[in-house]
Amino acid sequence: MATDDLALHNITVRFGGLVALDDVSLRVAPGRIVGVIGPNGAGKTTLFNVICGFVPPSEGSLTLDGRPWRPRPHQLSRLGITRTLQGVGQFAGMTVLENVMVGVHGRRAEEEAFAALERCGVARYAPTFPGALPYAIRKRIELARALVAKPRILMLDEPAGGLDADEIQWLGGLIKEVGTTVLLVEHHMDLVMSVCDEILVLDFGKPIALGTPDEIRQNERVTEAYLGTPA
Amino acid sequence: MSQFIYLTFDGLSRGAVYAAFALSLVLIWRAARIVNFAQGAMAVAAVYAAYSITSATGSYWLGFGVALLAGLVLGVTVERVVMRFVDHSSPLNGVVVALGLVLVIQGVLGIIYGNEFRPVETPFSRDAFEVGGVAMLSRYDLFVFAAVGAVVLVLTLLFTRTAIGLRMRAAAFAPDVSRLLGVSVGGMLTLGWALAAAVGSLAGMLVVPTELGLHPTAMDVVFVSAFTAAVVGGLDSPIGAVTGGLVVGLLLSYVSGYVEPTVAPMAVLLLLVVVLLGKPGGLFSSSRARVA
Repeated sequence: MATDDLALHNITVRFGGLVALDDVSLRVAPGRIVGVIGPNGAGKTTLFNVICGFVPPSEGSLTLDGRPWRPRPHQLSRLGITRTLQGVGQFAGMTVLENVMVGVHGRRAEEEAFAALERCGVARYAPTFPGALPYAIRKRIELARALVAKPRILMLDEPAGGLDADEIQWLGGLIKEVGTTVLLVEHHMDLVMSVCDEILVLDFGKPIALGTPDEIRQNERVTEAYLGTPA
Repeated sequence: MSQFIYLTFDGLSRGAVYAAFALSLVLIWRAARIVNFAQGAMAVAAVYAAYSITSATGSYWLGFGVALLAGLVLGVTVERVVMRFVDHSSPLNGVVVALGLVLVIQGVLGIIYGNEFRPVETPFSRDAFEVGGVAMLSRYDLFVFAAVGAVVLVLTLLFTRTAIGLRMRAAAFAPDVSRLLGVSVGGMLTLGWALAAAVGSLAGMLVVPTELGLHPTAMDVVFVSAFTAAVVGGLDSPIGAVTGGLVVGLLLSYVSGYVEPTVAPMAVLLLLVVVLLGKPGGLFSSSRARVA
């Protein structure tokens, strides 16, 4: 059996009296696309923040390639892990090309950054500043910045937020063709169901289901979490 | 007319030094969002190091090099040993610690070197050339322009043409996002402090010989002018710092020449108040958010 790229073991996160994640375990095998879904406040972004080292777990542990791992944000890129942010998070005082170049190391940074922008269909915006660009374009730039480092684990935090149907279709195609391990936090169910191999469902920080898209569709607890219990 | 020409050149020469010093304040502000009120004291410490070396060896240039090196080391030390541990939840914390550093540095310098003013030599003559009977620039003024111009050029190239400059800018704009992209934000912050302190030391080396001499508090008044220059230009803007420095230099020179030298510091404070009331972000400020 192949070693998991990344695994979370019984992760619990408490913020004072609030339990943001409650005994969450997840194994992410190489090359798999794993979705994390749940209603607002379910703990999806907290889970990402634990993996990125922004939030230390109160209990539990992580492993990377089968070895114990304590994540630190500035080491992720070197380990081949990149992440997009919900709020886009681009440097407004830098051009689009410079924004992407920050994520590349080496002499061919400019070429590689431009190639990543081309791949995401936004190369023509390279010399402009991102602040004035439409949200959908900035989302694509954010994706280019995550892809430029050629990650082995790509973490996408609500990449479809604010996108129209055509953009979401394009995004789905890109996620499938990336050919790398992907962790996807997303509210857009059609996208999640169409691209993911496996889905973890969180509700108030607790894992309530883990399975293939078909299994998740038929899971009553998931339906309850999203739609509520019938009166 | 000849007085106006002389005062203009004199103002530009002084302004160039204020520009360099303001640039050092802007560098730290951009990197750490702190106005480093200890910058003047740090610069004086570097000038004292140069003074010791020049006195011992007789070489101005060796002392000059040591001042820049001392600035770098002092910048790294202050960031790594002091500022890194300051709670930045309130902007006042950094200011208070910086003011405390001023007292510590000036106290230590006073203990080591005493509190008398020491004359400091310049490497070039300060006698102004005359063209048609009108006093223009001195060789020292030309040296000041060249040194400050070189610093501005090097910093511009660093921030616009190098990967490390790009990462320094990124770390200053959005530290958490930068970390995710593999930028060592702490390392960039240290580098920013080191560069800023070296530029401040250069400004100290250039301005101290033209003032009363070397003294632990020699940069206090210069700091006020340079801080005004940085605020006038906009604390986020290197171009603003340079422009603000030249504006403050010219203002000081014209007021000293046409009104009364003792009034000149008040003119600087007046300028500061006018800018803060009229355009608090500075003349080169931008309403653009730092992170889109």
